[in-house]
Amino acid sequence: MASARLKVPKKAKKGDIITVKSLIKHKMETGQRKGKDGKKIPRKIIKNVTATYNGATVFSADWWPSISANPFLSFKLKATESGTVEVKWTDDNDKVVSKSAKIAVS
Amino acid sequence: MKNKSLIGGVVGLGLALAFALPATAADNKSGYDYATKDTQALQDDEMQNPGMLWVETGEENWSKVEGEAGKSCATCHNDAEKTMKGVSTSYPKYKDKLGKLQSVVQRINQCRTENMKAKAWKWESGEMLAASTYVAFQSRGLPVTVAVDGPAKPFFDKGKKFFNQRRGQLDMSCKNCHEDNAGVMIRANKLSEGQINGFPVYRLKWGKVGSAHRRFRGCNKNVRATPFGYGADEYVNLELYVAWRGRGLAGETPAVRN
Repeated sequence: MASARLKVPKKAKKGDIITVKSLIKHKMETGQRKGKDGKKIPRKIIKNVTATYNGATVFSADWWPSISANPFLSFKLKATESGTVEVKWTDDNDKVVSKSAKIAVS
Repeated sequence: MKNKSLIGGVVGLGLALAFALPATAADNKSGYDYATKDTQALQDDEMQNPGMLWVETGEENWSKVEGEAGKSCATCHNDAEKTMKGVSTSYPKYKDKLGKLQSVVQRINQCRTENMKAKAWKWESGEMLAASTYVAFQSRGLPVTVAVDGPAKPFFDKGKKFFNQRRGQLDMSCKNCHEDNAGVMIRANKLSEGQINGFPVYRLKWGKVGSAHRRFRGCNKNVRATPFGYGADEYVNLELYVAWRGRGLAGETPAVRN
């Protein structure tokens, strides 16, 4: 697929509400646009984005053609333990891109 | 500061300068000042700015070895954050060897073909956009300072002539919109001064990053004039004139615009 960015605070105190920010390069082709030949350009989008925190799913969303190109996603999470936040993006062809970041919780 | 705890997790892009740039006291106005608050917010947030995806790709490619000489950009230019500072804001430059102006894109291709013995990249290709955005990013926050005297003067004059020349079926010049009518609505868009301090720019209309030459071509098409090709002398000369119009403005690459 494409390049992705993920930002998670490096450190947090236990119980803090932290913000996870992510961005992925993707055309998010809706399937409605017509090419120069007059035919519809086939749909090709990211259909799901899921985040895990030390393996446990903490966020999951199904995406549809209305989501814009190069989608930005941000959500809040309670910092409970040190470890890894991983975000996985899955496209219409079931191809997966993932990005992870570590957080130290004291 | 509350924000300090949120900074982190961005590998390798040590941002020495604040990502959101302070307001300028200059007479000329950046396209930023004509953008809506939402568009400005996208540009100012390092994680929301989609142009950063191209900066990141450019950074990854910086150390990629390519070509028969077995070199990467990093081989000669080491740490871009140090060596590329102030470069984009001083281009286009007059080059003795060429007897004319050279834009950053052409300089990158010169490095690739002559020093790396690698293939040149097409002007608007993904690789070239990533490279030129990454290089221009190193000048973010620095003032545009192009040289328009000495050997550059005749080319600067050509660029100025182009800017003021009416063209196309609509018989309009760059000046007609960007000087006579900056701040005025054209259908649903507010006309800016047509500055290029934020290029390569992430344009919401394009859904990707694009070069100044792409924008010049678009503008020429809008007045139903035959556009020049990417890298045409006319556009490189125009780049110098338009950059000069924006002298003193801060580089904003990657800017976010309509």
